[in-house]
Parts: sequence; structure tokens; C-alpha cells
Amino acid sequence: MAQVSLRKVVKEYEGGVQAVKGINLEIADHEFVVLVGPSGCGKSTTLRMIAGLEDITAGEIAIGGTVVNDIPPRDRDIAMVFQNYALYPHMTVYENMAFGLTLRRFPKDEIRRRVENAARILDIGELLDRKPKALSGGQRQRVAMGRAIVRDPKVFLFDEPLSNLDAKLRVQMRVEIKKVHQTVRTTTVYVTHDQVEAMTLADRVVVMNQGNIEQVGTPQELYHRPATRFVAGFIGSPAMNMIPARLENSAGALRLHLPGEIVLPVPAERTQRYAPLAGREVLFGLRPEHLTEPKNLDRPNIALVEAAPEVIEPMGMETMMIFSLDGTEVTARLDPAVPVELGRKMPLAADLNQMHLIDPQSGRVL
Amino acid sequence: MTGGNVIAAPGVPAAAAPSRPGRLRRIARRRSTLAFLMTLPLLAVIGGLVAYPFFYAIYLSMLNKRMTRFVGLDNFAFLLTRETFQFVVWQSVIFAVSAVIAKALIGFILAHVLHALPAKGQRKWRGMLLVPWVIPPAISTLAWWWLFDPTYSAINWMLMGIGAPPIAWLGEPGWARFAVILVNVWYGAPFFMIMYLAALKSVPDQLYEAAAIDGATGWQKLRYVTVPMMKNIIAITVLFSLIVTFANFDIVRILTNGGPQDRTHIFGTYAFQVGIQSGDIPLGAAVSLFMFPILAVFAVFVLRGVTRRSKEMAG
Amino acid sequence: MSGASLTTAGAAAPAYRKVGSIRRERRWALIGAYVALAVFVLFFLTPPFHMLVTSLKSSAEIADLSGNPWVVRRPTLENYWELLQQGNYLLHFRNSVIVTLVVVAVTMVISTLAAFALARMRFWGSATLATGVFLTYLVPETLLFIPLFQIIGGLGLYNNLLAMILIYPTLTVPFCTWIMIGYFSSIPKELDEAALIDGANHFQMLWRIFIPVALPGILAATIFAFTVSWAQFLYPMAFLVSSENMVLTVGIVSDLIRGDTFQWGKIMAGALMAAAPPLLVYAFLMDYYIAGLTAGATKG
Repeated sequence: MAQVSLRKVVKEYEGGVQAVKGINLEIADHEFVVLVGPSGCGKSTTLRMIAGLEDITAGEIAIGGTVVNDIPPRDRDIAMVFQNYALYPHMTVYENMAFGLTLRRFPKDEIRRRVENAARILDIGELLDRKPKALSGGQRQRVAMGRAIVRDPKVFLFDEPLSNLDAKLRVQMRVEIKKVHQTVRTTTVYVTHDQVEAMTLADRVVVMNQGNIEQVGTPQELYHRPATRFVAGFIGSPAMNMIPARLENSAGALRLHLPGEIVLPVPAERTQRYAPLAGREVLFGLRPEHLTEPKNLDRPNIALVEAAPEVIEPMGMETMMIFSLDGTEVTARLDPAVPVELGRKMPLAADLNQMHLIDPQSGRVL
Repeated sequence: MTGGNVIAAPGVPAAAAPSRPGRLRRIARRRSTLAFLMTLPLLAVIGGLVAYPFFYAIYLSMLNKRMTRFVGLDNFAFLLTRETFQFVVWQSVIFAVSAVIAKALIGFILAHVLHALPAKGQRKWRGMLLVPWVIPPAISTLAWWWLFDPTYSAINWMLMGIGAPPIAWLGEPGWARFAVILVNVWYGAPFFMIMYLAALKSVPDQLYEAAAIDGATGWQKLRYVTVPMMKNIIAITVLFSLIVTFANFDIVRILTNGGPQDRTHIFGTYAFQVGIQSGDIPLGAAVSLFMFPILAVFAVFVLRGVTRRSKEMAG
Repeated sequence: MSGASLTTAGAAAPAYRKVGSIRRERRWALIGAYVALAVFVLFFLTPPFHMLVTSLKSSAEIADLSGNPWVVRRPTLENYWELLQQGNYLLHFRNSVIVTLVVVAVTMVISTLAAFALARMRFWGSATLATGVFLTYLVPETLLFIPLFQIIGGLGLYNNLLAMILIYPTLTVPFCTWIMIGYFSSIPKELDEAALIDGANHFQMLWRIFIPVALPGILAATIFAFTVSWAQFLYPMAFLVSSENMVLTVGIVSDLIRGDTFQWGKIMAGALMAAAPPLLVYAFLMDYYIAGLTAGATKG
């Protein structure tokens, strides 16, 4: 087990396209880190550089304190789980899991011990004699994990391992992966495009965009204190509402002027933070879950606004209500018991304790 | 927060880090050396036994009969003036074109008929229809030779049974030409059939269903769905077969050996007769080389078709 | 569905009649298909059938012009017995087997190694070489047999089976390499990456992953190489002269036709036995046979 360090790592493909633009990342021993971002953000490339499947254009990657830039994958002591499982189709489950150990000339009984142990952890003892073809998607995924576990490597690498599974199985396997990590405690780097997966699995989440790291933090930090407009929009579902607004200072109190003549008072405790921005155009960010039917009105910094629903999406446990402010779509999240009617104005409560202001130029959350 | 501080550093210039001739890069170089070694036997076969002989053939074709003197293009010029050679050129073209057309048509029909059958029976019929392609042509042509025997022809026996006069299958130029084409069609049609069948199976059923809903008749489905989808495979198969048929040897050699009066000779058999049997190696090489331009053109088109098809399959 | 049919109840009757006509049309089409099939099966199987019939006849029965040539009156195996007991037929068979086995083995080694390198280990000129392999496959044997005749003579291999072993690979290796490139390319890249991480080197990857996974392709290529080697006619015709060195395709004709005397019964018996190995392979491995046959145009 070991920590992983990335120092100014760059990946440039032939033709000058930079997939990864000099990133720094420290992953601690036993930590479960998830790289998340839209496709093409460089997260898979980063993982593959850690694995040794892509060479590193510039910078350094160290595993357990050793720089591995020039070490081939087989000597890096890592194991990887692929999106399409990459099980050897001609080998049984047992042989698939044993293959890496066989190549490393482990003694037979040691191999058997390890495979059986991994099979117990993953609950696939019954499947050891089957071929991958005879397995379901979830079982294949377990075998792929088993192949990683038996090796007892320094680092586990997961490359979108759940993308090929259906929604229900994905949730199940997510729990499974978390349990396995709690059992074996191996340092893990996990790549996904699914923010829910990232939030639920990770000790820390690394949000990547266009070859750069946007923010690193625990799931809670990313949700409550996004550093950039990208992170604010990427984490959370449905995505955070971002409404163009103007910040005005009227007699020491800050006010936000939104489209549609809506004026919201900025919470007093944020006055000092936002005061230098008075008179500027900003983006007002508020998550749908903080724009609800009127409730908790006795608490401070809850503002009432009115809006007429243009689209209503009943989800069962909640109802999404979408209206637009001068062309900007805004989503509110309502209790399903609240009566909603298309086109009829209704009051909404905006919890301004949870608001964000974003600089539209730099994209940084202020 | 277990890890240390993390900074996003988009400003780091990419090329700033020194590029070391690392071990991984050395491994990559070793890998391409290994790859080269692995292809070496293939290169030896292609280079030593295909490319070299080809250039050697060009050299040979420019020598005199005893191979003592360089005569330039005299052999080619001489051949062009020979009436027999003109027959060979014509017969090769007629042989290849008519045989390929017949094979393509029969193959197309059979593939469609097979495709229409229920899956269970299909295998059995397909199995029987492929038999001509499986028997080595040098062997099966012996059977045809015997069927065409001037005295004992079993075909003529049947013709006489229906009151028709017997035919001198291999003795009369017209019929002999027909006979070699017939045998070639018999041998090659199954190949077309199986290629088209594979192509037919790769046309998605939804296309036919969509066409049916759009109101297409059976003929229109064939015209607007099947043929466009199979166009490439048809082109590849036809061109490939043109090459193979044009350069045929076995069937003509056994059935007629070019006769009667050299009227059924094609390039391959004529080159053999001139080069090996009559011992005029340079002239024989020249005969063979006459095939090259037309084969090269076909080959380029086949390659284009195949590349396009594999792109389609990938895309 | 049911609601829709209820509302159109008035139109249902003519629609039903139409369905019936489609079914009748289908049945006629199917009958037509079977008739067409029967005609072509008859055409395709007549020569082998006549071969079999003739091989079972005595010379006297063959020479008897009064009888029906399509039936055997007194079936006998004497043609087969004579072939197997006297003359060089068995020798020819043995030569064919030796040449074919060696050529198939050599071909598979050469083309598997090359295809692996070309499919997975991109190197300078690899794409050009792959194209070259395909073009080589399109070179017919009639184009180069004359220079090869000279080369074989120069090597002192004229009238020697070794010449066949040397030259047949020019016909088998390009195609086999080409289809193996196709099969290897269709193996997902993650499989080699998994093997790489599991600690395999390139030979282990080829031997323990690629060859087993692409086994159907290897089998198809092997069958192709076998068929081509077994059926080759021009090269033995040009390079082999003495009967004891001949392979089946040329041996039958050279030994059983003496001047004007055609021993048709024995020729047909010999031909049938020579056709048996490919026919047997075909009967048992039809799917691989067809895969190899159709792969050339679609893989790669």
C-alpha cells in the first residue's frame, strides 16, 4: 500500500493536443480518490498514466515514493479494473484471477489461497469454474475486481468500472466497491463521469475539466463550497441554477437585482465578503433544493419570490418546477404535496444562506 | 482531508520539463525492434519469393530464348504480332468476363434463395451447394473431363436420350470455350453465393421493415435496400474473381490444354506451354507479364473496396 | 391495439383477405426457392456423383457403351484396391500430406507472428506492410511461376518436394496474415492492457491471450492454408517431373494416363480419395471453413 503523487504531469499527444495540462495531486495511503469530469477532461488519461499504459510527456508520477515514469506497468505493482471488464474470454473465472500471479510464478497453493480469499470477499466462490461468457454484467465486474484484489497491489485503478451496468446494478456494485475498499484498504484511484458515483464513493473527489484540475475536496466541500462555476454546475443534480444578476449597494446593504424585477437581499454576514463587488455583473447561484415551496420562513435570510411554472416534472418523492427568468431556466424543488399548476403564479422560498456568487469572467466562485 | 494541498496549475508550460530518453522509451524502441523481427519471416517470403521473382521476371522477359542476350522489349513485340497470342488475349477476356458474370448471377440468386429459407434447412442446402468449391479444381476437373469424353460422355448419353445429337464438347472450338467457362462457373459460383449470403445476413432486418412500412415492394426492397447495402461486397467479390479467373490455370490445362487449335488457351496455360513445355523461358515470362497491368488495376480497386468496407464495419 | 382494431372493424374483412394472399405468395416463393435449389444442387453435385459411380465400375463395364453411364450394375472396389496396392498412388498421397502439413505449420507460425506485430505493435512502415500483404495475396501463381522455375532450378531444388514447401507459403502466408490481422485487431485493446498490468510480456500475451482468444480465426486460417496447399496444381506441374516425387493433383493424371489409354475407373477412384481430405475437413468444420473464406473481404 502506498501513496501516489502527481507532479506537474502533462500528457501531450502527437499533433500537440494536450489532454492533461500539468496537474498536481497527492493521494494518501489507503485513500479512495475519484477523478470525475465530462468526457475528454483528461481523467482517463491521468489514470492510464498512473497505470503505465500511456507514457508521461512531462512531470513525474510516484507510487509509494518511487518515481515510476520509466517503469513498465507490470513492475508498478498496480491493478486495474476496466470499463468493459477485459476478462480473458478463454479462461475460467479462477484462471482469470490467477493469471497475474501465475505470470509472477507464485506457488500453486498460494495462488489458490489468494483466489479463494478474493472470491469470498466478492461472493463469487460459486463461479470459479465458469467462463466469463456465462456471467452476468455484475458478476463479470466482480471477477474483474477479484483479479485486482488477488494481486494485493499497492494501488487499485478503476476506469469507469460501472458504466456498462444498468442503473440498478450500478447502485448495488457501488456499495460493493465501497465495502471492498473498507475491507482491503488499498489506495484507490477511480475514474468516472458520474458525479453521483464520485460523491458516494470518494474520500476525496478530484473534479477535472479540459485537462486541468478544477477542485479537489471531500464530497461535502465540493457540494457546499464549489470553487468554480464548473464545479458548481457539475456537482449536484439537478444542476445549480445560475442567474445573471447585478450586485448593488444601497445604504450599506447589498442587494441582488435579478431579471424580472426581482430584488434579493444579500445576507448580512456576507456583506463584507461581497462589498467590493458592488455595482458588478455576477452570476447568482442557487441549487434547486434551496428554492422550494415557502417553508422555514421564520429563519433568517429566506426570501420569497413569485414564479409561474412552465414545466412540471413530478418525480414521486419531489416535484421539479421549471420557470424562466429572462431566458434563463430556473429549477425549483418542491414537496410533492404542494399544489402546482402550469402557468399559475406561486410563491417560492429562496434560502439565501446557500447562495453563491460567481464571477462570470473568471468563472471563480466569489 | 487526508491528502496534502493540491493546486490546479494550468499555467505550467508543458514542454518545460526536460525530455529524458527514459527506460520506457527504450522499451518502446525495443518493442518496435521485436515487432520487426516478428515480421521478418513474412518479409522474407514476400520479398524473396514474390517481389524478387517479379523483377526477375521482367529481366527474364527481356532475354533471348537461350538467355544469352538482352533483347529489350522484343519478346513483347513478337507476341503481339502472333495470331495465337491475340487469340489468348481474347479468350482470356471472354473467359474471365463471361464466367464472372455467370458466377455472380448464380451466386446472387442462390444467396437470395438460401436467405429466404428457414434457418434450419439453410445449413444443409448451403452445405451441399458449397461442395464444388471445396474439391480441389485440379481434381474435380478430371470428373468434368470424363463427363466430356468424346466416346463415353455421360452428358451426350443423356442428350441422345432426348433425341439431341451428341456434342464434341472439347473437340470443337466453340463448345470447348463453353466447356471451360461452364466448369469455371461450376467451381466458382459457390464462392459468390457464400460471400453474398454473408453480406445479406449483415443487412439489418429493421431496414427491410422500415422499407416495408414505407410501402416498398419486394423488388423495390432489393433495388433500394439490398443492392446498395451489398454494393461494396459485390464489387470486391467480382473484382477478386476477375483476377483469379483471368489468371486461371487448372481447369483449362486439364480440360483442353489450350486446344483445339490453341483456341481455349488463356494467359496462364499459354505461358506454361511456351515457357515450361517449349523451354522458351523469356517468352513465357513475357506472356505472364502481359497479365500484370490488368491485374494491378483490379487489385487496386479490390484494396480500395476492402479498405472502405472495413471502415464501414468499424464505423 | 385492441381498441384500434375495434374502430376499424369495417375494414377488417378486406384486410384479412390481403393477409391470406401474402401467405399464399410466400408459399409460392418458398416452393420456387426449393425448385431453384434442387436444380443447382443437381448441377453442383453431378460431377462428384459421376465420379463416384465411375470409380465403382470395372474397366469392362466402363467400356460397355450399351449401358447407362449414370448407374453401376456390378459395383466393385477393384479400382481402389489396385490404386492402393500397386503404382505410386500411396506415395503421391504421402507426398501431399507431407507438403501440406509442413506448409500449414510454417504458414501459421509466420502469419501469426507477423499478424500480431502488425495488429498490435505499430512500428515504422507497419501500415504499408499490411497493405502490401493484402496486395501479395492478390498475386496469382500464374504470374510468377516462370521466374520461380528458374530460381528453383538455381537452388538445385528442381523435381524436389522441398521446392513445394518453399514456394507454397507465397500463396498461403499473405492471406492468412491478412485475416489474422483482422481477428487480432478485433480483440479489445483492454485485454492486452489487462495482460500488461498482469505482468505478461509480448510473447506471453500472444501465446496465452491472443492465440486462444482468436482460435476460431486461427482455425479458419489453418483450414485455408490446408486447402490451398492440398489443391495446388501449377507449381507441382511445373517443378516436379518424376512420379515418385509428385503430389496427388499431378500424380493421378501422370500415372493413370499412358498415351491414349485412360484408366477412367482408377482416375475417378484416385480423384475421389484425393478430394476426401478437404471434403472431410469441410464436413466437420464447415463454419470455420466459411469464416476463412468470407473473412478476407470483411476483416482487416
